[in-house]
Amino acid sequence: MLTLLNIFHLGIKEIRSLGRDTLMLIIIGFSFSGQIYIVASGLPQSLNKAPIAIVDEDNSPLSVRIINAFYLPHFMTPVIIDQYAADPGMDAGLYTFVLDIPPNFQRDLLAGRQPTIQLNVDATRIAQAFIGNSYVQTIVNGEVSTFVQGHRALVTLPVELETRVQFNPNQSAIWFGSVMELVNSITALSIILTGAALIREREHGTIEHLLVMPLTPFEIMLAKVWSMGLVVIVISTASLIIVVQGLLEVPLQGSLALFVASMALYLFTSTSLGILLGTVARSMPQFGLLLLVILLPLEMLSGGMTPRESMPELVQNIMLATPTTHFISLAQAILYRGAGISIVWSQFLSLFVIGSVFFVLALTRFRKTISSMT
Amino acid sequence: MNTDTLAAPVIRVQGVSLRYGDTLALDNLSLDIPANRMVGLIGPDGVGKSSLMSLMTGARKLQNGKINVLGGDIADAAHRRAVCPRIAYMPQGLGKNLYLTLSVFENIDFFGRLFGHKQAERQQRITELLASTGLTAFHDRPAGKLSGGMKQKLALCCALIHDPDLLVLDEPTTGVDPLSRAQFWELIARLRTRRTGMSVLVSTAYMDEAERFDWLVAMDEGRILATGTAAELRAQTKTDSLEAAFIRLLPNEKREGHKAIVIPPRDTHSGTAEIAIEADGLTMRFDDFVAVDNVSLRIERGEIFGFLGSNGCGKSTTMKMLTGLLSPSEGEARLFGQTIDVNDMATRKRVGYMSQAFSLYSELTVRQNLELHARLFHLPAADIPARIAEMGQRFMLDSAMNSLPDALPLGIRQRLSLAVAVIHRPDLLILDEPTSGVDPVARDRFWELIIDLSRRDQVTIFISTHFMNEAERCDRISLMHAGKILASDTPTKLVERSGHTTLEQAFIAYLQDAVGIDEPSVSESEIPLPTTADQYTAPTDSRFSLLRLFSISRREAIELRRDPIRTLIALFGTLFLMLTFGYGITMDVENLRFAVLDRDQTTLSNNYILDLGGSRYFIAQPPITDYEQLDRRMRSGELSLALEIPPNFARDLQRGNSVKIGAWIDGAMPTRAENIRGYVQAMHQTWLLEQARRHTTKPIPASLMNIETRFRYNPDVKSLPAMVPSVIPILLMLVPAMLSALSVVREKELGSILNLYVTPVTKLEFLVGKQLPYIAMGMVNFFLLCAMAVWVFGVPHKGDFLLLTVAALLYVAFSTGFGLLISVFTRSQIAAIFATFIATFIPSNRFSGMIDPVSSLEGGARLIGDIFPGTHFLTICRGTFSKALGFADLSQYLLPLALSILIVVGLSVSLLNKQER
Repeated sequence: MLTLLNIFHLGIKEIRSLGRDTLMLIIIGFSFSGQIYIVASGLPQSLNKAPIAIVDEDNSPLSVRIINAFYLPHFMTPVIIDQYAADPGMDAGLYTFVLDIPPNFQRDLLAGRQPTIQLNVDATRIAQAFIGNSYVQTIVNGEVSTFVQGHRALVTLPVELETRVQFNPNQSAIWFGSVMELVNSITALSIILTGAALIREREHGTIEHLLVMPLTPFEIMLAKVWSMGLVVIVISTASLIIVVQGLLEVPLQGSLALFVASMALYLFTSTSLGILLGTVARSMPQFGLLLLVILLPLEMLSGGMTPRESMPELVQNIMLATPTTHFISLAQAILYRGAGISIVWSQFLSLFVIGSVFFVLALTRFRKTISSMT
Repeated sequence: MNTDTLAAPVIRVQGVSLRYGDTLALDNLSLDIPANRMVGLIGPDGVGKSSLMSLMTGARKLQNGKINVLGGDIADAAHRRAVCPRIAYMPQGLGKNLYLTLSVFENIDFFGRLFGHKQAERQQRITELLASTGLTAFHDRPAGKLSGGMKQKLALCCALIHDPDLLVLDEPTTGVDPLSRAQFWELIARLRTRRTGMSVLVSTAYMDEAERFDWLVAMDEGRILATGTAAELRAQTKTDSLEAAFIRLLPNEKREGHKAIVIPPRDTHSGTAEIAIEADGLTMRFDDFVAVDNVSLRIERGEIFGFLGSNGCGKSTTMKMLTGLLSPSEGEARLFGQTIDVNDMATRKRVGYMSQAFSLYSELTVRQNLELHARLFHLPAADIPARIAEMGQRFMLDSAMNSLPDALPLGIRQRLSLAVAVIHRPDLLILDEPTSGVDPVARDRFWELIIDLSRRDQVTIFISTHFMNEAERCDRISLMHAGKILASDTPTKLVERSGHTTLEQAFIAYLQDAVGIDEPSVSESEIPLPTTADQYTAPTDSRFSLLRLFSISRREAIELRRDPIRTLIALFGTLFLMLTFGYGITMDVENLRFAVLDRDQTTLSNNYILDLGGSRYFIAQPPITDYEQLDRRMRSGELSLALEIPPNFARDLQRGNSVKIGAWIDGAMPTRAENIRGYVQAMHQTWLLEQARRHTTKPIPASLMNIETRFRYNPDVKSLPAMVPSVIPILLMLVPAMLSALSVVREKELGSILNLYVTPVTKLEFLVGKQLPYIAMGMVNFFLLCAMAVWVFGVPHKGDFLLLTVAALLYVAFSTGFGLLISVFTRSQIAAIFATFIATFIPSNRFSGMIDPVSSLEGGARLIGDIFPGTHFLTICRGTFSKALGFADLSQYLLPLALSILIVVGLSVSLLNKQER
């Protein structure tokens, strides 16, 4: 009972301290509003404004038809270039795709001679290269078939594949980007708030003052965890409702309460991780660098940027030990697919286990750093 | 008044006021400081002494009024530049302008370089200075490991290296033991006999020191109380000591209620005295350094026990062991007969502690501070209001209850700290230098409270102090030096035993006995001090000097070298990140889990499923049994793709009826969904063709035409060769920026930024000088990353490597400059870290074209992508790595990179202040 009261009063003190750090509040505010808005609204749809150039050596009605088939938003209006401009243009990165329609293409096609169109793809732009290639193929094939059907009948098979994209029928990148950016902000803020604040308290000697009072390291740590966790929960819930649902008009599927619960569990883990890092780093410059080494993989490899399935098995398994992977999969399941607790309970369990391990580790290190403090 | 003072003053202050926010630090102050004298500024902390000194040296920007120094207006930048080599300023705080990781020699050498001295000249001067200050033996010791007194001597060496005509010392002896203090003044005195033209301005809180100065200025609340020699001040106030004179000079309301301290004798006759603290052979080691060496103590209940010694002698460490903050390496401490256990909460409740570092939570009001501590010490909730009211009355805090501590004068803050420390009625009160910086009146009031606690409430007081007159009030004192207790007894007995007349002399005698052997006394050294200035080259006051720039770089590089952990994280961290990204981020979507709801269950439907499952893109999962299950498995994210094959699929196909296969794709991640759709459709088409061939006899052309796709630059369309060169720009942005981002803001937090204000170094030299070592480190990172790309990842570099190197150099210069810009702009290190992370990671990761080309971005993202230099460097990186390009193709991208450097450096220079505001 006394312990709980201590934890409560200390936590209130932490929140009051943060409240007086104006510049930090401004940066936090930006990170949960402007940043999410710019990233989410700026990220392209899966294929957006792909730069394409066409070398038209045929100059036939069909080639014109193909050229006109590429338009916004998937493709930029095609630039018509001659053969010699193709390579320099691709070298400079001006076009991701260059389509070369050979001379006499229409004539050969109608004569059944199976002419060949050449498609050059800049494969260093790996994301556009993949998706764009299949778009170009579909568009060209479609135009060619329609054109040919106007001249003779084609043999078709009666099996149709009807694809339905679930949970995000228009495949809006904003839906995806906004929530994932929110998760990134949550991760970064919670680690920095607890970790850097711990180092600052150590550098300014205020932590020592707490330690002469009848308080245990456990109480001091848990106070930081709940107070900073609560701050992040309030900000991110507000951001989810105002920025994501309101401004960006993303329809969220599942129960908001369930998502907030999962966030609370995640924050227990990430704030513990922050404290752990704060005890490992000896000074602020070291903390800054350590933060990069930890935060970047957390944000880039946990499935919020690229699909986990395509990562090497080893990376996938290592990332399973990090909380962010589970939280991202929770966020996707609850907010996009409307999953309930009966479906996502196992991720809750994983988060809880990882969080407990981090907390105990951080507490052990915290106790040790304190006893060796001068 | 002495006639000399009528000669041209070295400093003339006219109508100067200074405000910090709402606080008025200096109030329309006018003053002439006579030349060629030793002038003392006296008064407690926070009355404006330091502010006045920093204005006089040009370190702080003048708000209004006029100050003439050495014959010119200090507000005039040209004059500041001209006289800056003639002024030396030693700021308050032990070694505040020193670089703690640099050695004694390197510190002085750095200042010598800043003032443009030649190598041989520097060497000679440093040797002389070290010899005359007795620091020769510590030539290579890091400044951070020097004792307080030695730090001050070193700071003095740094100040004297350029032969100043005006020496400004801000509380040079606060926190220094009496012996070092005596040596310090002796040194100054000798300096003045050799260089008669030098004017010295000193501030001090020790009135006994001030007695020896030629001329004094007494200050209070931003105003001047009186000026004159010590004798004049005493005569004017009809007192016999300067301390008493100062108190007499204070306005009436401040003096009110002040009376000489009377210490009632302790009542020691009531039976055997209870022992409050007992320490037996306490020893504390940190690695190989012994901070406290075999300390034993016995303190009786209700006793006031004083602890004297210089900073760093082990006083604070001993106190921490007694509070249970530290467990001793050896020995034992007992509190009221019980061994102190670090984890015993009951012990902590019997102890009150007031440390020198911590004052209070500045974000809580006085009442909230008291309440928080009362709660944390578990006072019954019902008693708390009464207890707070009692404390408020007893410690005279009633009028301040709802103010924030920062808005209160230091004296009240000190009483509040004491109130907080005793709110839980401890039996033992440990006070670590509670009165440093407090004015004499407030100090006496504080002592009244302490004496009251001891005599009336029988609280045992354990106090450390630098003030001899405070030590004399203690029942018993211990003199401590270098971790050992030199002597322990009542003040009078200590004086008697040493054969001296004052406690200060007695202490110095004990110290000399202890250190005499290993630290030669300065007075005995016969090495001549530097005499005249004309044998040295006149320092340059040019607007730009490469020499100064390089001396900044040199120092930054040494500091970087002294923190090997930071260097290691910077180098290996980068490699680790490249490894994770290179292998981790891939766009080739594979191993997608799918399952089928097969309601046909024929060979044909089975054939369709096998076709899909056989591809490298898909992994089959157990079949789906019904719609409900399909929904659940997709919601949980287990399946990325679900297919439904309708009943009678084979039969209908045979009959030529049209059939529909349903495919549900998880669209939660749009790129992945897009890929899946592409794969499934392609596979469906292939299957159809195959079936058609099998069932008809007439030849079906594979298609009307062919599309021949040539994947350029990366024929296998592997993510790795595309990813590795694009990770280089991210890492060369983040890591160098994070390294440089803390460099300026850290100096702001730690105080050494002052050297920018008071030395001839210009803003551009300072910033570029700091940047160079980080650029060098960034380039090491760059070469390591390239080597790793080629030899670890096997991604060949096909183009012009020289071009890439030039581009990397420009880019790293930008990223370090960007870090510096953030550093100049922010005030705290935390904000700098957070801001750097957001400002570098988001643009380089999202908007520079690593995954989506900039031309495909929208809105603000597009704008950022267009102006962000990382975009151009990425183009060059991909061009030389994958596309085999060279200068002819890519040189146009170098220009924006070069331009970006000019912009960030220019912005940083314009935002950085050469004076404190």
